[in-house]
Amino acid sequence: MSERSERLSVSDHSPLWEVFVRARRGLAHTHVGSLHAPDAELALRNARDLYTRRQEGVSIWVVPASSITASSPDEKDAFFDPAADKVYRHPTFYDVPEGVAHL
Amino acid sequence: MSGPFDFTLALGDDALIAAQRLAEWTTRAPEMEEDIALANIALDQLGAARLLLSYAGELEGAGRDEDALAYLRDDREFRNCLLVELPNGDFAVTMAKLLVLSAYQLPLYTALAGCADERLAAIGAKTRKESAYHLDHAALWVRRLGDGTEESHRRMQAGIDQVWPYAQELFAAQPQAPVDPASLRADFDATVSAVLAEATLTVPDSAWAPAGGRDGLHTEHLSYLLAEMQVLHRAHPGARW
Amino acid sequence: MYGNDFSGEDAPGGLLGEVEAAEAALRAAAERDRGAPGQDVDLAAYFAEVIDADQKIEPRDWMPEAYRRTLIRQIAQHAHSEIIGMQPEGNWISRAPSLKRKAILLAKVQDEAGHGLYLYAAAETLGISRDELVELLLEGRQKYSSIFNYPTLTWADVGAIGWLVDGAAIVNQVPLCRCSYGPYARAMIRVCKEESFHQRQGYEILHMLAHGTPAQKAMAQDALDRWWYPSLAMFGPPDGDSTHSAQSMAWKIKRFSNDELRQRFVDMCVGQAEVLGLTIPDPDLRWNDERQAYDFTQPDYAELMRVISGDGPCNRLRMEHRRRAHTEGAWVREAAAAYAAKQASKEKVAA
Repeated sequence: MSERSERLSVSDHSPLWEVFVRARRGLAHTHVGSLHAPDAELALRNARDLYTRRQEGVSIWVVPASSITASSPDEKDAFFDPAADKVYRHPTFYDVPEGVAHL
Repeated sequence: MSGPFDFTLALGDDALIAAQRLAEWTTRAPEMEEDIALANIALDQLGAARLLLSYAGELEGAGRDEDALAYLRDDREFRNCLLVELPNGDFAVTMAKLLVLSAYQLPLYTALAGCADERLAAIGAKTRKESAYHLDHAALWVRRLGDGTEESHRRMQAGIDQVWPYAQELFAAQPQAPVDPASLRADFDATVSAVLAEATLTVPDSAWAPAGGRDGLHTEHLSYLLAEMQVLHRAHPGARW
Repeated sequence: MYGNDFSGEDAPGGLLGEVEAAEAALRAAAERDRGAPGQDVDLAAYFAEVIDADQKIEPRDWMPEAYRRTLIRQIAQHAHSEIIGMQPEGNWISRAPSLKRKAILLAKVQDEAGHGLYLYAAAETLGISRDELVELLLEGRQKYSSIFNYPTLTWADVGAIGWLVDGAAIVNQVPLCRCSYGPYARAMIRVCKEESFHQRQGYEILHMLAHGTPAQKAMAQDALDRWWYPSLAMFGPPDGDSTHSAQSMAWKIKRFSNDELRQRFVDMCVGQAEVLGLTIPDPDLRWNDERQAYDFTQPDYAELMRVISGDGPCNRLRMEHRRRAHTEGAWVREAAAAYAAKQASKEKVAA
């Protein structure tokens, strides 16, 4: 998830935060970008100003980038392939009989 | 000075001059993120100013719109409080000004939202949410500067000390106005003293209470601010932009 | 359409349509899944395959060191341009001639700060910190767009910047929405979508002036006279002299040459100037039926080089302004860091 695991570890007065925004009720929080802030309260404030100037969101998460552990692309197959055969996790796997609504 | 026109004009002028000062920070803020935040607050104040001045123009009924009121009056005709026209100073002074202004505007707009005048009530309902955000932002920084480094503490206390006397004028009684500012004082004191205590700052003790803004008697600063703000508009009488 | 970009004709919806097409292409490329490189796959070959397939390189992928360096330089320069570019327009916020114009201009300059921050964040994915990039700018070791070293002398200049400078920037940036580096492409999609109003507000300012009083019209023409050639120079030196172009095109960082983009910009502007009733200051500007494009006078590239190397009218002013803001803000940033440290240690004690 973190796109910055290789960035230089400058002892930063204002560390990096990853920002996730829920665009509308009913949607999951999605990664929209990152920003710098000395603490969580300011990070949240800055995220509001930077990423929702045009009413792009109803809810914001900020996460210290340093707290995110990322898989490496080299591990990708081992990490993600086991899920590939579990099609039953996906709703489109199931045939819905005609006439059934709200499923 | 307590009729609906004077009252609305004064609030509009507060917001306009506050916006003009806050916008001066653009490209100069201590951090790029803060540049954006200050511009947001300036935009809120400017938006409120436009609503209030437009309505003031309608109340007056002399055909003056928001721009006529903003650009074609001299400083003696402006009704804003002295607080908003004070120069920005350093970031601490600006945050002290914003704390006092928003701690005044929040209960004011909240009361306005419930007043009998429908237009003012609608404006109050919109702007009180913005004021809550401004207060939050000012309080956030006053805490950080007050309880940050030795230097920031010193500057923040100096900022509060400088701005504090100008708070008095905001609460001068206007019993006939849609909202009597005197009724907001207790709310203001509670808000501000809580923030200052948390920020390890002391509430200044000053008997000096400069006033006059509501009567058009301003500091020397306002005329310069207006000269800059109005120069282009006045250079082209009647032009459209 | 994928991989072929625009054909010279505008995609439906004009430039904004192209941005949306780029976004759709990005999604489509992501759908065409590609397994990770196996244990003994040649990483360089894998990188080349991803580029060839018009898919995106992502931060933790292997990439040639020169690709990384080129991107850092280009994205940083782009970010610096957004931040320095706030100054010439910011110069008119306090004097905007109506409250509506003041609000629009303030919002626009604020957007530019936001765009600078998106771009710094994209650059940071390449292993350099924003602090370092800011330092490189303040020390004059990284550049920003030469256009911002020209002064804004009248209100019409704000219109000219919106129409011409933002217009040129958009022509430059829309293809970057298809850049091979994922974070840069995504940042550019966001920037381009937000910028669509910038050019329109500039054009509207000039339109009002050009149809206003004689003094206003003269102000608009004067602004066009002063901003036309510097805007053409924004596309960089002619292709023959451009040092970085060929490699950047091969890597799909850059997708059109400087001269192609400049031509596209001129062709767009001619009709727009006619609607304004203003005259582009080029007596040799005329339609070439054979090329199906306008012939035009090239900007003064010697001047461009002088401005880039620091001798434009406002280089010193812009840098001094940025340095002062940074220096004068230091105590605030230190206070915020000290406060954060205190709070963190309090939480530790409480835990």
